[in-house]
Amino acid sequence: MATTMITTLDRSSRAAARGLSDISIRNLFIIPTILFLIVFNIFPLIYSLGYSFTDFRASTNAPANFIGLQNYRDLLNDPYVWSNFAITAKYVIISVAGQLLVGFGVAMLLNRDIPLKGLLTTLLLLPMMLSMAVVGLFWKLLYDPSFGIINYALGLGTFEWLSDPNMALYAVALTDIWMWSPFVMLLSLAGLSAVPKHLYEAAAIDRAGPFYTFFRITLPLVAPILMIAVIFRTMEAFKTFDLAYILTSQPTAELISIRLYKMAFQEWQTGRSCAMAYIVLIMVLAITNIYVKYLNKVKER
Amino acid sequence: MAAVRTSSEIGFNRAAIVAVLVVTIIFLAPIYWIASTAFKPRNLATTIPPTVVFQPEISPFVKLFAKRSQLRSPPTPEEYAAAPWWERVVFNGGEKIVRDGKGEVQWSGYPSRFMNSLIVAITSTVLAVGMGTFTAYGFSRFRVKGEADLLFFILSTRMLPPVVVAIPMFLMYRAVGLNDSHLGLIILYTAFNLSFSVWLMKGFMDEIPKEYEEAALVDGYTRMEAFFKIVLPEAATGIAATAVFCFITAWNEYAFALIMTSRRAQTAPPFIPSQVGSGLPDWTVIAAGTFLFLLPVAIFTFLLRNHLLRGMSFGAIRK
Repeated sequence: MATTMITTLDRSSRAAARGLSDISIRNLFIIPTILFLIVFNIFPLIYSLGYSFTDFRASTNAPANFIGLQNYRDLLNDPYVWSNFAITAKYVIISVAGQLLVGFGVAMLLNRDIPLKGLLTTLLLLPMMLSMAVVGLFWKLLYDPSFGIINYALGLGTFEWLSDPNMALYAVALTDIWMWSPFVMLLSLAGLSAVPKHLYEAAAIDRAGPFYTFFRITLPLVAPILMIAVIFRTMEAFKTFDLAYILTSQPTAELISIRLYKMAFQEWQTGRSCAMAYIVLIMVLAITNIYVKYLNKVKER
Repeated sequence: MAAVRTSSEIGFNRAAIVAVLVVTIIFLAPIYWIASTAFKPRNLATTIPPTVVFQPEISPFVKLFAKRSQLRSPPTPEEYAAAPWWERVVFNGGEKIVRDGKGEVQWSGYPSRFMNSLIVAITSTVLAVGMGTFTAYGFSRFRVKGEADLLFFILSTRMLPPVVVAIPMFLMYRAVGLNDSHLGLIILYTAFNLSFSVWLMKGFMDEIPKEYEEAALVDGYTRMEAFFKIVLPEAATGIAATAVFCFITAWNEYAFALIMTSRRAQTAPPFIPSQVGSGLPDWTVIAAGTFLFLLPVAIFTFLLRNHLLRGMSFGAIRK
């Protein structure tokens, strides 16, 4: 017994001496990734922070002049930019609320014994896996006033979805709801299936009505996971570029990412767009921070 | 406890099943419309009322791959008879296939964009999952100073809006000549997917019992040998799922590709919308291109079905 112990220890210590130490393996495994992300994500941001204080235009060879906080001051005093933020906020609220309603509603419907449930769920999840840009493009045909199937199916005649300034943002949000309700559904299903069955049985014994059961049992227990879905979708909706850019060029549907893209790559106001990018960046980091804090809170439970 | 079901409960259940079916049909209608338009003759793509029943055609796919031009005059009967079937379907649509001086058929822009998408998505997936697996193991098994902050830092790089990162990257790439190159896109997509892959793989690594490696270490394996021979095989499913997610993300990406590529390295997502010009677009060809482009993702979605929850929530929810 003692001899085997000694030989085992001996073998493992010899192996340890032969191989790399745990600390060097840890560094070898982690540091390259951190460096890669610093070089390709953080360094560019530092680079653009510098440009955000200049009047640099990437389309000319004119040298960049330092203009201090002028770009930031101009942007924050520009009603046009504020309207872009307002449009984005409206878009985020409509599309996330829509996804929450549809996604959670469908999850409630699916949360029972249904033949072919697995297949139906997978089919319902398909839209969110597809390319927003490519599928979004096809929604242009679906929304077409004269031969689109949406107007035909709903009997709307030649209703203008994308070329009506009042409608365009709603049309983009509707497509987004179609794409991302499945995401809320997926998370809701996980939340619903985790609600202990005995709670419902107890409620049934107490003759609790369906409303009471829903608001006192189902909703409170699913709420944390719904919250994850909402924060996640809010973050993504705030960044939306592809879908809105492809579907419409209406100024009333100009989200902040689209404004930023135009400023940087069509008007070539490079310095100013860098400043704008920083304003957006700070907002995204704030939402991400809330998200991660919330995630950790949920995990601790 | 056996639940006694009242007739109203059973009725409600039936109504719910019908509602689920209706919702599924509505959700799949746009995808069905893409797939069916890809097999329609051009004159049936934009009809009022919409054409649902039709004789499927392969011509949209021929037109997708071959470079075409308008026919000024219809082909002579001899020309028509001598043409192969795929050229005839193009003739039937009032167009002809463009050939070079030697009579070689010219390709359209689509095949090269599809290839670019494959090259960029596969390479960046291999890099991101490779690096991510090592890093996830490091975070999972060793004490790392400021681990929570580092993981937050890694996640936050993924949350940046693409246009925000693209502005400085565009300037830097222009300075070093990486604009419109495969390498440039591969680097961007690797960085983008790396954070995702670290987070997802860490979840999978955490689930592999530490005792497996500890037993191997006691048996005289080095830490590296234990990692490669014990941990990696155990993590295979997780690695595969992570890889498929990374592939799909890179495959679908639009904003970076739009800004960073124009021709040589352009991928399919910016190319397909660019075909819808100012005139009347041929939706059957666009649908054919879209159909082929979406097909791999649709297949992967079915393969991934049991991992979707985990992947889409960055490993936050595991079921």
